[in-house]
Amino acid sequence: MFQLSPQGKEKVLAELKRYESRQSAVLPALYIAQAENKGYISPEVIKELSRVMELPEANINEVCTFYTMYNKEPIGNHHVQVCRTLSCMLNGAKELSEHICSQLGTHLGQKTKDGKFTVTEVECLGSCGTAPMMQIGDKYYENLTHESAMNIIRSLK
Amino acid sequence: MSEVKYLTEFYHLPEFKGLEGYKKNGGYVQLAKALKMQPQAIIDEVKASGLRGRGGAGFPTGMKWGFLPKNDEPRYLLCNADEGEPGTFKDRMMMEKAPHQLVEGMIISAFAINCKKSYIYVRGEYDDSINALEAAIQEAYKAGYLGKNILGSGFDHDMDVYRGAGAYICGEETGMISSLEGLKGQPKLKPPFPAVQGYLKKPTIVNNVETLAAVKYIMRDGAAGYRKYGTEKSAGSKLFSLSGNVNKPGNYEVPLGYPLKDMINGLGGGIKNGRKLKAVIPGGSSAPVLTAEEALNANLDYENLAAAGTMLGSGAIIVIDDSKCMVECLANLTHFYHHESCGQCTPCREGTGWADKIVHSILSGKGRLQDIELLVKVADNMKGRTICALSDAAALPIISFVTKFRDEFEYFVREGKSKVKGTAYKGHAYAATASH
Repeated sequence: MFQLSPQGKEKVLAELKRYESRQSAVLPALYIAQAENKGYISPEVIKELSRVMELPEANINEVCTFYTMYNKEPIGNHHVQVCRTLSCMLNGAKELSEHICSQLGTHLGQKTKDGKFTVTEVECLGSCGTAPMMQIGDKYYENLTHESAMNIIRSLK
Repeated sequence: MSEVKYLTEFYHLPEFKGLEGYKKNGGYVQLAKALKMQPQAIIDEVKASGLRGRGGAGFPTGMKWGFLPKNDEPRYLLCNADEGEPGTFKDRMMMEKAPHQLVEGMIISAFAINCKKSYIYVRGEYDDSINALEAAIQEAYKAGYLGKNILGSGFDHDMDVYRGAGAYICGEETGMISSLEGLKGQPKLKPPFPAVQGYLKKPTIVNNVETLAAVKYIMRDGAAGYRKYGTEKSAGSKLFSLSGNVNKPGNYEVPLGYPLKDMINGLGGGIKNGRKLKAVIPGGSSAPVLTAEEALNANLDYENLAAAGTMLGSGAIIVIDDSKCMVECLANLTHFYHHESCGQCTPCREGTGWADKIVHSILSGKGRLQDIELLVKVADNMKGRTICALSDAAALPIISFVTKFRDEFEYFVREGKSKVKGTAYKGHAYAATASH
């Protein structure tokens, strides 16, 4: 069973008071819970948020499933998101993500065996002038080559 | 013609990001001036300036503000910083390099429309933008530019940042309002327009980052001064995001009406690797594609690009060289729109899916000649039939790609391989993306 930490719960309660409507706190609350549940939202997380926020589970679950930044399945410690959309594609994004997957011995969307990485392709991240690029965690890595991307990935613990 | 440094004058100074550096370079002077004016005079000035929405639709900003009810009903100002139109990365630069410029523009705008609460809705991935804005807002509160009785004017205003969570559709203003309400980001039927009924059913004005930042400069230079750049119907300067197969991609500020040819071959340093220009998408992925010849004759303003059968959109210019396969480029975009359709309206939900399947069937070498017609038919049926513009935005590239580069599509069907690359399509890239 998942439970928010006391600090996490406090943060969620603060979000409930921050906006004119309690429902507006659902997006921020999902981020808070995701950070406390190894980077993904499980059905137990939805239940806990429903209890804490006093909102129906359905109201939280439908929001969670609508947006791509909430992971619905367990992911590796590092989520490597390679932008796949046109400007990046024109600059070799597909070859880059294939290279990363083959170097890590994995496929898109699949955790590596050691659980360290999940590689996915995502839609435009607004970094088109510095293509190809990837986002790991909150950070953007731009103007990548196959080598520089793998150096960055290998440097992560 | 050269670049202009109007909105971006101080972007090269790292100090411009913080309050001190911003104030040293003219920051918050226009706010103090605006607070002494009649709000209606500010609206009139913005109307006279000819400023049009910089997010994509190009709607006149002053006119949009004029749709608010003429009473004291609480209203919201919502800054659209959900920059998601493929090819666009100008707002990110503005927020990271000059967060106070946006904050000041927003407070002036809020004062003009008598609004006491504003939100900046930033796409969730833009962590650096969010941090920069939150820091700037905090500084502005401390310095008395936000909060109660701003600079002794009697005007109160609060501002907050809201983080999106990954959905292109939230860049559509009513989708954004749904998202800010903590719901799925599904657009709402108009009318009522947000200016009448928006966030929590209250009047809400939604403006793009660049639009709101420009308001400060209209205060400084007046409507006539602002019109120093641009054309009669496309006033002012604009930031363009240049990407794709050019030597020097990046954000460039130029006067509206700037020749696209000079953007690509001048500022952009020409086509990469000595290749030739094949096609240009001039206003973000939703804008119909131009052939090289059309592109070299076009100017970057609302009316010229409309006459060329495309649009200025968000100002995202994607350059495609002659080594690229147009079937593959279109497949990249149909995948995008299928992924981003919110699923609410049948023509869009089903149409984006079918279009994506048909293009990928051609790409896999299994296409039939009649699939090309079918593709255009599906796209035609997606136009003008839905709550928001995403469906049209998906249909327009399809029709323009197939019409203008039909030989590449026919060749792929007949030969089972790309006319340009000479190979069949392989790879995993379209099979799986992020879990959703």
